[in-house]
Amino acid sequence: MKKIKNYYIFSNKFESVSIKNFRDTFRGDNIMMLLTGASASSVFIILALILIKLIEGSWLSIQRFGLGFLIGTEWDPAISQVFGALPLTFGTVVTSGIALLIGVPISLGVGLALSEYMPRRLSFIISFMVELLAAIPSVIYGLWGIFTLAPFLRDNVYPYLQAILGFTQLFSGPIYGGGVLTGGIILAIMIVPTISSVSRDVFSAVPNSQREAMISLGATKWETVKIVMSYARSGLIGAVILGLGRAVGETMAITMVIGNKFQAFPSSLFDAWYTLAAIIANEFTEATYDLYISALIEVGLVLFLVTLIINILARVITLRALRLMRGIARE
Amino acid sequence: MKALVWLALVVALIPLFIIIIEIFSKGASNINIDILISPMPTVGERGGGIANAIQGTLITICLASILGVPLGVLSGIFLSEYGDVKISSTVRLFNDVLSGFPSIVIGIFSYTLIVTYIGFSVMAAAFALAIIMIPIVTRTTEEALKIVPLTVREAALALGISRWRTLVYIVIRGAKRGIVTGILLAIARVAGESAPVLITMGYWRWWFSGLNRPVANLALNIYLFAVSPFENWRNLAWASALVLTAIILFINLGLRIFTKEKYI
Repeated sequence: MKKIKNYYIFSNKFESVSIKNFRDTFRGDNIMMLLTGASASSVFIILALILIKLIEGSWLSIQRFGLGFLIGTEWDPAISQVFGALPLTFGTVVTSGIALLIGVPISLGVGLALSEYMPRRLSFIISFMVELLAAIPSVIYGLWGIFTLAPFLRDNVYPYLQAILGFTQLFSGPIYGGGVLTGGIILAIMIVPTISSVSRDVFSAVPNSQREAMISLGATKWETVKIVMSYARSGLIGAVILGLGRAVGETMAITMVIGNKFQAFPSSLFDAWYTLAAIIANEFTEATYDLYISALIEVGLVLFLVTLIINILARVITLRALRLMRGIARE
Repeated sequence: MKALVWLALVVALIPLFIIIIEIFSKGASNINIDILISPMPTVGERGGGIANAIQGTLITICLASILGVPLGVLSGIFLSEYGDVKISSTVRLFNDVLSGFPSIVIGIFSYTLIVTYIGFSVMAAAFALAIIMIPIVTRTTEEALKIVPLTVREAALALGISRWRTLVYIVIRGAKRGIVTGILLAIARVAGESAPVLITMGYWRWWFSGLNRPVANLALNIYLFAVSPFENWRNLAWASALVLTAIILFINLGLRIFTKEKYI
């Protein structure tokens, strides 16, 4: 974007104004610049403070367990006061993985439908609905998960899954309704809006010349769409990673349906488990002594670092994608 | 292939319809004027309502806005009007990173910064929510200001109006609608946040009693009610969900209808 040059502030000799007005102008501009600049730089301070405070808060636990916290598989606040977060990390990875497995194909379909297969007016309305899904708070998804989704899956879906795939370890064992798979499904429902709207934007950014070239070569609609998808590949990866970040940080909905049970491995996908975010929400208010709180803050620190890496990754990939598109299309 | 794409769309929209229908039907069957005006029930008590939760949510959002909105709007102004390319892109990157953090991490941050000194309180919760608001308000403000044509600024400057007056009286006035949209979006977002509130304030069943004490919260009450064993508490959960969803959808729908943004 073009900028107004700063010569205006510093050389006022072109202005035929009185000295008083001139000083007023000068002061006002400087104040405005300082004020907005200070506000903008507050973001740096906040981020630095978050990192410092999280490390400071988890210092007790870091000193006590060191690396053992990351690879430990025991969480016993009551008796031995030993804390290890590896199963929590696993739980986060597995539930987010399930969410991506279910959510990504659906989201890509929605993105394609909105940008390629639909009249613009209809696409506008449906996009709006999809974005409404993203506006619903996670605690309401959790409420719905407890009272509607979990019973529905328990009675109408899981028994059949077990009948078909029950010979594997993954789909064996008792069915509660909540559990790992239910957690993954609710995360999938929650990340579909995010990935859909970003991927729609990415598809829409593909220059029309690509589509026209394909059609003029006599390609079918589907072949054209395939080219559009390959053109938008890195943007799509960015969209997926964004959704992953959303899934990893999701707290309330998952803590309400996953069952909140600390164990190294669940016996099956129907069993209860835990995630990094869920354990913080569930045990923070019950943590009675300093080391316990410190361990929970360290869980938060792990979550912080994981989402930081995911975010930076998504950004690098999408930036590259945008640059590529600009390079080819010269938009 | 076309069929598959449409199938994906239908599958994605089914949960939306079910959730909305459930909230409105179950909420409507449980809500009455009594619930809206009476405070939270104690354990085992019949009746009770969500009045103090509504009050607490409003207070928390107001406090969060007092901190978050000015910071966000001013940052947005800086990005659009003053920052050169290098500084702006750095600030933008940091804003994106900040908005990517899980809200529970922000909650822990507020806990270590504020709760450890003054205890569980509205202030701590509002601080956490303000941090969540800042990136949203910043981005939407910047976008809104960029929509104002450069020629408008040039015309004002050509008349000899100083830069800051041009900004305040002309540019911001032109972008007012977009800025308000951003603020309302941020409010709709934090109104439903419960994880950071849980960590900074905890549960509270009484009325507001000072800035260094907790207040009740609608979103958090849904969690508390939903996992409770009492029948009437669960009904209250659905009533709270209806009120909260109604507020959030109302804001979103209103913005869609009254602003001509392509998408927000």
